[in-house]
Amino acid sequence: MTDLIKVEQIVDRHGRSRDNLIAILLECQEEFLHLPREVIESVAVRVKAPVAQVLSIATFYRGFSLKPVGRHRIHVCMGTACHVQGAPRLLDAVSRELGIQRGETTPDMEFSLDTVNCLGCCGLAPVVTVGTDVHGKLKQTGIPRMLRKYVKDYKAKTH
Amino acid sequence: MAYRSHVLVCAGTGCVSCGSYELGAAIEGEIAKRDLAGEVQLVRTGCQGFCAEGPVLIVQPDEVFYCGLKKSDVPTLVEEHLLKGRPVTRLMYTPPAAPAPVPTLSQIPFFAKQKLVVLRNRGLIDPERIEDYIARDGYAALAKALGDMTPEQIIQEIKLSGLRGRGGGGFPAGVKWATCRQAAIHRGVEPIVVCNADEGDPGAFMDRSIIESDPHSVIEGMVIGARAIGAQQGFVYIRHEYPIARERLAKALDQARAFGLLGRGILGTKFDFDISVVQGAGAFVCGESTALMASLEGRVGEPRAKYIHTVEYGYKNLPTNLNNVETWANVPLIINRGAAWFTAMGTGDVSDNPWNGSSGTKVFSLVGKVNNTGLIEVPMGITLREIIFEIGGGIPRGRAFKAVQTGGPSGGCLPAAHLDMPVDFDSLTAAGSMMGSGGMIVMDDQTCMVDVARYFIAFLTEESCGKCIPCREGLRCSLDVLTRITEGKGDEGDIALLEEMGGVMQDACLCALGSSAPNPVISTLRYFRDEYDAHIRDHTCPAGVCKALIHYEIDQAKCDGCHACVTACSTGAITGQVKYPHLLNQDLCIKCGACVDACKREAVLRA
Repeated sequence: MTDLIKVEQIVDRHGRSRDNLIAILLECQEEFLHLPREVIESVAVRVKAPVAQVLSIATFYRGFSLKPVGRHRIHVCMGTACHVQGAPRLLDAVSRELGIQRGETTPDMEFSLDTVNCLGCCGLAPVVTVGTDVHGKLKQTGIPRMLRKYVKDYKAKTH
Repeated sequence: MAYRSHVLVCAGTGCVSCGSYELGAAIEGEIAKRDLAGEVQLVRTGCQGFCAEGPVLIVQPDEVFYCGLKKSDVPTLVEEHLLKGRPVTRLMYTPPAAPAPVPTLSQIPFFAKQKLVVLRNRGLIDPERIEDYIARDGYAALAKALGDMTPEQIIQEIKLSGLRGRGGGGFPAGVKWATCRQAAIHRGVEPIVVCNADEGDPGAFMDRSIIESDPHSVIEGMVIGARAIGAQQGFVYIRHEYPIARERLAKALDQARAFGLLGRGILGTKFDFDISVVQGAGAFVCGESTALMASLEGRVGEPRAKYIHTVEYGYKNLPTNLNNVETWANVPLIINRGAAWFTAMGTGDVSDNPWNGSSGTKVFSLVGKVNNTGLIEVPMGITLREIIFEIGGGIPRGRAFKAVQTGGPSGGCLPAAHLDMPVDFDSLTAAGSMMGSGGMIVMDDQTCMVDVARYFIAFLTEESCGKCIPCREGLRCSLDVLTRITEGKGDEGDIALLEEMGGVMQDACLCALGSSAPNPVISTLRYFRDEYDAHIRDHTCPAGVCKALIHYEIDQAKCDGCHACVTACSTGAITGQVKYPHLLNQDLCIKCGACVDACKREAVLRA
C-alpha cells in the first residue's frame, strides 16, 4: 500500500507549486523507488494540475520509472567513451547473465537493468553502476563476480 | 597551525569509485598511528584530472605524484615518504614507453603541457571549504567588481576579453550580458541569470569536475554576472546523474551565504542576489536554452523557436542570461587579471570583435582509446596532436590513431590529416566538427566509424523531444538506414539518402539538437567514406565491430591452451584440451566477445 501521506508531505515541502513538479517527482521516486499511478494522481490533485501534465513530465524525463524496479539498479553507461571501449557487448553480457533485457527487472525483484547516457567518469570506461557503486574498467568476464557481490546465488534465483 | 607536508588525495568521481575515500581514511589512520597528525595534513581535493591512474594523490611541497594506490601501499607510503622523507619510486607514475617512474608533477607530460586557468585550484583546495578558496584569491574579483567597477565596466571587460560560451555555442559572453541587461532595463523587469550544468554530452565531464573541485569559482562568476546584468535571482540547472557535484554545490552556496557573499547586501553593499539549485531529470535536450528554461519552470523540456531570444524572453518570460559552468568559472579571473591577460592566450585578435578568434583556455575531457585519459585544460590554439600524443600519451597498445570526436552528438570525427590543426572554435567548425562543451574522444583502428555514427544517431533518436517532425522522423529514418548498413544490408543509394535527410534536418529543425544531429553522419561520410563502402559493397566491417559482419577465430599459433576462453564462453562454442590450441565452433558462437576479454595472449581474433 502506497503511503500517500508521504506524497503530501513532499508536495507541501515544495510549496504545492507546479513549478517544482520535477523536484517533487524526483523526491517521490526516491521514496517509492518508482512512480505508481496513485502517486502521480495524488501529486496532480495536490498541485492542482491535470494528471496528464504530471504524467507527461514523468514520461518525458529518463530519470523517472513508472514500473517497479529491483532492489539493485544496474546502469550500463552508454557514453561515447564507454561505447568505443565495448559498452554494448557489456550490456549484452549483463543481460545474458541475468536473463533480462534493458528496462526489465528480474522476477525476484533483485536486479533491474538499464542504460545511462554518461556518468561522467569516462576515465574508467567502460563503466557499470549498481545502485551507487561504480564499477569501472569492467570486462565481460568480471560481471559474474560483480553480481555476486549483491546477490550471492543470483544465478539460481534469477533463472 | 603550519603543517610540514600536505597529502592531497583526489576525491573526484573517478578516484572515489576506485576507493579514494577508503584510501584517505587509511592514510589518516596511519598518520595518527605514527604520531604525525601535527605535521602532516590530509586534504580531499576535487578531481585532479588524471582519472586513468586513480586513485591518485600528491604530496606537497615535494610535488610528488602517486597513482594507482591500494590500501596495502599506505603503510609504506607514510613510513617512507612522510616519516623518513624518501619518496616511494614504486608507487609513482611511469609514462608509457618511459624507462623509469617520473616523480614530480611538473615532469609528467600529462600535467606539464597544460595551462590551468579555470582549473587553477584543482588538487590544491578542499572544495568543501570556502576558506581554501578565499586563500587562493577567491572572491577578490567579486570585491573588485562590487567596489570599484560599474556594471557597464564589468560588461566591457568581459567583452574585451573575447570570452566565448564554453557550452558549445561559442557566443561572446559580454555581448549576451549586454543584451540581457538592456532588455531588462528597456522592459523595466528583473533579469535572471542561469548556470547550465546539464552536461549531457556523452563522453564529457568538464562541468562536473569544475563543480566538484571548485564550486566557488562558478558561484563567484555568477554573482559578478548578476551584478553586471542587474539580476537578483539565479539558478544552477544541474543533472541528477551528478550527486557529488550537487552536494558540493549546495554546501558551497550555504558557506557563501554565511560569509555574506550571497544573499542580501553582498559584501556590505546594497546588492542582493541569491542562487537556487534546480535538478534535471535526465533529458539531453534540456541542455538547449529554451528547453532548459521550460524545465526550470517545471514543464516538459521542449524547445521553442528562437526568433525571440531567451535574453529577452526566457525563464517566466523574463530576460534570462544563460551561461555554461566553465564560462562562469572564467569570469572571476578575467575581472581579477584583466582582459589583456586573457586575450594573451588563444588565437585570433578579439580586441574589437569577439567573433574574430578564441581567447583563453578550454577544458577538455580526453577519453577513449588514449593512454592518459582524464580532464585537461589547454590554451586555445594548441594542436590536436599535442593534446592526443603529448598530453594523452598516444594510443594504447601501440595501435594506430584513426579519429578524434569532438563536440558530442552535435560534433564530428576528425581524421589523422587534421592532427596539426589548431583547436579553437572556428577551426573545428571549418573542419566539420565543433568545439562543443569539450568532450574529446579518441578512436583507434578498432573503432568502426559507421558504428560511431549510428551510435550518435541512436542516442539522439532517444533524446529527441519529438516536437518537430524533421528531427523526430529524420533521426528515426537515419537510424534505420545506418542500422541496415551496419548489418550488412545497405544499398548503394543509402549514402545519398543519408545526405539528403541530413540536409533537410539542418535546414528545418527547431533547435540545435536537430539541426546539428546530422553532423556525426556527415563528418564520417566526409572523412571515412571507404568504411561505409566496405559495409555496403563488401559486407565487411574493417574495424571488426559490427556484429553481423564479423566472426571470431582463434589464432592457433598464439593460443597456449590456457582454457580461459572456454570458461568465459557461455555457449560452449570453444573446445580444446588444456595446453593445446583451442578451436571455435562458428555455429555455436553468439559473437559476444567474452573470449577476447578473457584471453591474455590476444589469440582471439575478430575479423
